[in-house]
Amino acid sequence: MKINHNRPTVAVHKFTSCDGCQLAILNLGEALLTLTELVEIKQFAEAGILDEHATVDIAFIEGSISTPREMAQVKKIREQSHYLIAMGACATSGGIQALRNMSDGQAWIDAIYASPQHIESLTTSTPLSDHVRIDLELWGCPVSSHQITATVRALLFGVLPKIEHDKVCMACKRSQAVCVMVSRGEPCMGPVTNTGCGALCPQFGRGCYACYGPAENPNPNALASRFEGLGMSASEISRNFLFINNNAPVFQTIGQKYSERRDE
Amino acid sequence: MTQPLSPQFLPRDQLQRLLDGLHQAGHKTYGPQLCDGAIVYAPLNTVEELPQGVEDHHAPGSYRLKENGSQRWFDWVSTPQGIKPLLFKPREILWRATRDATGAIHFKNPENSTEKVAIIGARACDLAALALQDRHFLSIEQTPDPFYAERRRHLFIIAINCTRAADTCFCVSCGDGPKCEHGFDIAMTEIEHGFIIVSGSLQGKQFIKPLALNSADPAQLDEAAQREANATQQQRAVPSQNMRETLFNALDHPQWDDIASRCLSCGNCTAVCPSCFCYSEQAAPQLDGNSTEQLREWDSCFTQGHSYMHGITLRNDTRLRYRQWLTHKFASWHDQQGRSGCTGCGRCISWCPAGIDIIEELTILSDNRGVADDA
Ligand code: SF4
Ligand code: SF4
Ligand code: SF4
Ligand code: SF4
Repeated sequence: MKINHNRPTVAVHKFTSCDGCQLAILNLGEALLTLTELVEIKQFAEAGILDEHATVDIAFIEGSISTPREMAQVKKIREQSHYLIAMGACATSGGIQALRNMSDGQAWIDAIYASPQHIESLTTSTPLSDHVRIDLELWGCPVSSHQITATVRALLFGVLPKIEHDKVCMACKRSQAVCVMVSRGEPCMGPVTNTGCGALCPQFGRGCYACYGPAENPNPNALASRFEGLGMSASEISRNFLFINNNAPVFQTIGQKYSERRDE
Repeated sequence: MTQPLSPQFLPRDQLQRLLDGLHQAGHKTYGPQLCDGAIVYAPLNTVEELPQGVEDHHAPGSYRLKENGSQRWFDWVSTPQGIKPLLFKPREILWRATRDATGAIHFKNPENSTEKVAIIGARACDLAALALQDRHFLSIEQTPDPFYAERRRHLFIIAINCTRAADTCFCVSCGDGPKCEHGFDIAMTEIEHGFIIVSGSLQGKQFIKPLALNSADPAQLDEAAQREANATQQQRAVPSQNMRETLFNALDHPQWDDIASRCLSCGNCTAVCPSCFCYSEQAAPQLDGNSTEQLREWDSCFTQGHSYMHGITLRNDTRLRYRQWLTHKFASWHDQQGRSGCTGCGRCISWCPAGIDIIEELTILSDNRGVADDA
């Protein structure tokens, strides 16, 4: 696949999400001006540019699929877009809202809303890849501005961007942060999480939340046993895995195992 | 060769004068300081910033500080990182390239740091590891690394002889400590009221001379010797200084699978190891596509990229990655540098988030009955 135009077109779409990933684009600062010179932005609601039916070279989608309308819309966007990029935890794994997949969604709707008949919502929140073919996934909650510019730059060069495969621990040691697990016995998801943030949390003295999703060659069982060794309860351990990327299979399997242990 | 000065006594309240001398000569000085629950090297201006009466306690996967009420500044044993990050930077730009309006590409060197750096606190295991890094980065068979070489030339080392050992230390069995024998400009042993100080280079001598110190008296030397002897009491030891044959004969040992079930493949061990030298490079182009930087970063045999070749990851599981770490460090290092790559600092044991103990693993791996039992 190659982009042929001199000034390729870009769309940024939003489904079920918090807008944080769109902000990662808006917060580019000066680079945003460079970006608008390099590409023509056709749709980007957060920036007030609206043409959701535009056919584009590169489409970014923020958010998970959690309504029937989104389910139909993502298929249309797939047809309209040359490259389709899932941006952020919601789009890549279903997001924090995928926690609903593990409970009775309808019961919650009935309990919370005064007129539940007006709520049109699926019982699940799922990643885009469950519904359409995705060309690239940018993990992160939110993605970093650097991921966006590096992706656009690579596609403009006619190559695929370099996807980060190192664990958060590698970035943590490059930044010379002191390991919070070893020095304080605090749980940290760094050893099973892909980096992308540059080990932001450990540099501020707290454990990683696993925003960037499961790393390659992860060993969640070993990390969970380590958490047990640090004195964490089964429910605390399950909550560490069932968080932002709870619906990512690597985290879900281990998280549910510990959550069932809690129920015993 | 210069004649080393006979051991002199530096009263505790005179250490600042030594630091002042280094600062006046233009050295940026790094020394041990309390930070985030650990003692780490950071820029040091005054002795007030040194950790007074603080001990570090190590166990597999655990590090804790404890106050002991003493006046001493060097009662700790090992920092999370040794000298390595000062010379082999965790991230560094190797070159930049820009494309001008005609499309021509221009390459530029990054600004090389010529900053003079002094470190106070390095231990015998750190000095031994520094010699291994020098052998790698300054090797004349390969082209010496200009970035490392430049910083190495500007490094001034004040070593400290250990007066206690952590539970994870095993430098004695490696033959690399605890006494600092060479590779320093100044070495000191901390005693109750100050330091026994010796020079190890002409430059070191030049910084000690102006302090106009007295020779250490026999009682002070005796106290220093006794304190140094404490550090030789170590709980761990490598099974042998040369494990090359043992490990290469144990490539199919079932223990590798057992380790793989516990190891996180996180790379902490290689990052804190003062002798590990692996790095990766990547291009970091600016968004406008007209300039780029070539970035070098610490890598590890625990990453996927380390054994990635033409679409294949050769070591695609933790068993093979851990085996690479241990067999490089304790076996093939002998082929590369004529000795093991381990100086017994114990960092990979303390700072392994999974608490994996290389000594325990090496011991099991050298017991080939394990192979027979499971076969
Ligand atoms: S603080 Fe977390 S990310 Fe950093 S080394 Fe420890 S476990 Fe890894
Ligand atoms: S292998 Fe471990 S004990 Fe040996 S030098 Fe490296 S970090 Fe220190
Ligand atoms: S291969 Fe592994 S053990 Fe050897 S130097 Fe590189 S990171 Fe260290
Ligand atoms: S041995 Fe420990 S520090 Fe090394 S990769 Fe495995 S878990 Fe990480």
